[in-house]
Amino acid sequence: MQAFAELLDRLVLTPQRNAKIRLMADYFRTAPDPDRGYALAAIAGTLDIATVKPALLRQLMLERMDPILFQYSYDYVGDLAETISLVWETVEPDEAEVADLSLGAVIHRLQSAGRGDVRGLVRDLLDRLDGSARYAFLKLVTGSMRIGVSARLVKQALADMGGVDASEIETLWHGLEPPYLSLFSWLEGHSERPALSMPAVFHAVMLATPVADGDLTNLDPQDYAAEWKWDGIRVQLANLDGTRRLYSRSGDDISAAFPDILEAVDFEGIIDGELLVGGTARTNRATRTFSDLQQRLNRKTVTRKTIEDYPAFVRGYDLLFSREGDMRPLPFSERRAALSGLIEAASPTHFDLSPLVSFSSWKEIDQLRIAPPDPVIEGIMLKRWDSPYQSGRAKGPWFKWKREPYNIDAVLMYAQRGHGKRSSYYSDFTFGVWTEVDGKQVLVPVGKAYFGFTDAELEILDRFVRNNTVERFGPVRSVRATADHGFVLEIAFEGINRSTRHKSGVAMRFPRIARLRADKLPRDADRLETLMAMIPAGTVEEMDGDLSS
Amino acid sequence: MKADSLLYPTPKGLYCEKGGFYIDPVQPVERALITHGHADHARAGHQAVLATRQTLEIMAVRYGEAFCQTPQEAPLGKEMRIGDVTVHFHPAGHVLGSAQIAVEAEGMRIVVSGDYKRRRDPTCLSFEPVPCDVFITEATFGLPVFHHPDDAEEVGKLLTSLKQFPERAHLVGAYALGKAQRVIMLLREAGYDAPIFIHGALARLCDYYQREGIDLGPLEPATITGRDKSAFAGRVVIGPPSAFADKWARRFPEPMAVFASGWMLVRQRARQRGVELPMVISDHCDWAELTATIAELRPGEVWVTHGREEALVRWCELEGIAARPLHLVGYDDEGE
Repeated sequence: MQAFAELLDRLVLTPQRNAKIRLMADYFRTAPDPDRGYALAAIAGTLDIATVKPALLRQLMLERMDPILFQYSYDYVGDLAETISLVWETVEPDEAEVADLSLGAVIHRLQSAGRGDVRGLVRDLLDRLDGSARYAFLKLVTGSMRIGVSARLVKQALADMGGVDASEIETLWHGLEPPYLSLFSWLEGHSERPALSMPAVFHAVMLATPVADGDLTNLDPQDYAAEWKWDGIRVQLANLDGTRRLYSRSGDDISAAFPDILEAVDFEGIIDGELLVGGTARTNRATRTFSDLQQRLNRKTVTRKTIEDYPAFVRGYDLLFSREGDMRPLPFSERRAALSGLIEAASPTHFDLSPLVSFSSWKEIDQLRIAPPDPVIEGIMLKRWDSPYQSGRAKGPWFKWKREPYNIDAVLMYAQRGHGKRSSYYSDFTFGVWTEVDGKQVLVPVGKAYFGFTDAELEILDRFVRNNTVERFGPVRSVRATADHGFVLEIAFEGINRSTRHKSGVAMRFPRIARLRADKLPRDADRLETLMAMIPAGTVEEMDGDLSS
Repeated sequence: MKADSLLYPTPKGLYCEKGGFYIDPVQPVERALITHGHADHARAGHQAVLATRQTLEIMAVRYGEAFCQTPQEAPLGKEMRIGDVTVHFHPAGHVLGSAQIAVEAEGMRIVVSGDYKRRRDPTCLSFEPVPCDVFITEATFGLPVFHHPDDAEEVGKLLTSLKQFPERAHLVGAYALGKAQRVIMLLREAGYDAPIFIHGALARLCDYYQREGIDLGPLEPATITGRDKSAFAGRVVIGPPSAFADKWARRFPEPMAVFASGWMLVRQRARQRGVELPMVISDHCDWAELTATIAELRPGEVWVTHGREEALVRWCELEGIAARPLHLVGYDDEGE
């Protein structure tokens, strides 16, 4: 338990992606079975144990602690599990009994405990574990790990550990179960690659590279098919031998949130497509925006009402497996023809085909890209007609060519120190635009950006912040920002929606600093009205908070 | 005599009228008794200062020889007469030179513990329990949440990380007096014998510790002159916590923010400060040590000062020990 607890503590405080991967890979290399497999399950969210309500933990605590002292402690720490982990006094065990406190043993006891045994079991384990192990245990049994590690990241750590490609892990993932003994054995070279027992597994998706300057110059437009890049989420839908699954692009199983789609599948095979909400092209109703789709994402279950209000469908891009077998080695043109026939026969409200865009020159397709016919389009995909379906991101067979991002000029208002390598720099920037309040022109914050700039630009921004600080609030500084004195930033972003969470009433998607505009004065920056006009008509408000809670 | 006429709080600090002196005054006074050399307890500008030899020398290192007009050494354990009261100093186990001060008159003895800790510290003498009528205790970590772990384990985390991330400079934030030297000693005890780089603000105090016979091993200034940036990769650099948010930190390759403080026990505190590797090492008592000390001394009354007074006062109430908060102002939290 101790090594797992230390891993969690380090992961929570480590901001860098690569450092997290190294911490996890090192843990997987050194921890024994089955502990490491259960740790993997806990991090990836595949661990199935009975959870304990916070109220029970509080009761257990108050059995042995003065309520006033507990309250002082809780007020100070702010997190129930952490408070209990810190105030609980470890009980020295009797000499005779040596309890197995390995992660595997703890999980095993939790899984085999009956409903009535849980209380006593939790109390006993709290007594025996110490400090950070107690914290890790409480996080496990309350089912709230929140350690900032995605399933994708942990799979990358496994890939690093075994020296294999992450797509291999993704492909195997859903056929395996905790504590993943066969997976680790394979990664360490002790056994063959695990055989998959379930056919409807995830197959790592094929990705496109962005079009860079000159990429297309020597390519023949005749060799490529073009289709719109839709602004939903990329999914893989499988129905083989009676097993149906919907996976996100990184291989997360999101079936539970989309029963409407799973029920509607009446074909055998695995298709690649875009998950969207609204009406399919076949029903002649409009595709709705990404913020509408968000109402359906990150849910464990979904209500009938939500399904009715936000009907989901899959827009087909590709066919990986058909009833006949593996389609991936075939050229795109053949897969596409087979997909077309399959979708034609499928439920018209839940499936349609991503239309091809005809073009004869790169210039023509560039113009279409800049002015797409639908607001839910975020660019163009170019696919070689003869390309097989291969996992990962090879350069050449598929390109993505996004429409231009939105751009505004905004004024730097606040800056916060970064983390890790950037902890001596002010590198998180809040920016604002002008609006009128009570007849006066004021800046209202509209977003926050912490990337997009070069190291040299960061030096300039950091120096400006340090030399123009007006007020400090902990790690945050507010900087001079008046009509004639301040720093103008050109902000690029992918989309914009209404939001009740933000004072300005708008929320941007992926804002980043595109350029420093030292040539402009704050008075030249954009106004809130300009941003409001960019919001697509008829969109709903962005949801507050965490969608899964 | 009554305890609160022997010693009572004033805006300048804890005052003894019968002896005409203040203990750890926060403003310049005629006569000051100082428990230890931390800046919030030992300030410059008093006329006469009575403290242990080491505390006086630490004050001279920090403020210059002219930090007061008349320094006077208080040998540990020796009874001294000041006005109508008797005082004696005893080790407090907090930092080098730190002492508790016992003040006695007409059969009433009050012990001002200053800051103290009970666990072993290779850089200073251990706390000595002094029986008393009133015990004035600090409460910096006076909440049941604070259980400081074994410091060797905490240093072990740093040693593990040096191996795991050999390309990164490990910047350890540690208070310049006491904590920095203790962390260095703990590293040496764990077998780490490579040179340790120190920030300029630590140099003179580390020199002083070495002169006092505390062998800190090879130390080098953390300057880049004549040195490639990569010289710091996989090395330990120790400096005051404030330096790591400063431009100073940019000279190091991929700095890893480490912080040695009792506050690091609470994860949110570490997160807020951007600390990647917290080391829970404190020069104060944790909750268990505070309550064990009070239980051991069993004073007639406990006065609680700087920190989270209310929880410790509550604990004393539950144990049937008279206690009250002593609202003194001007003392900082550790390392903040």
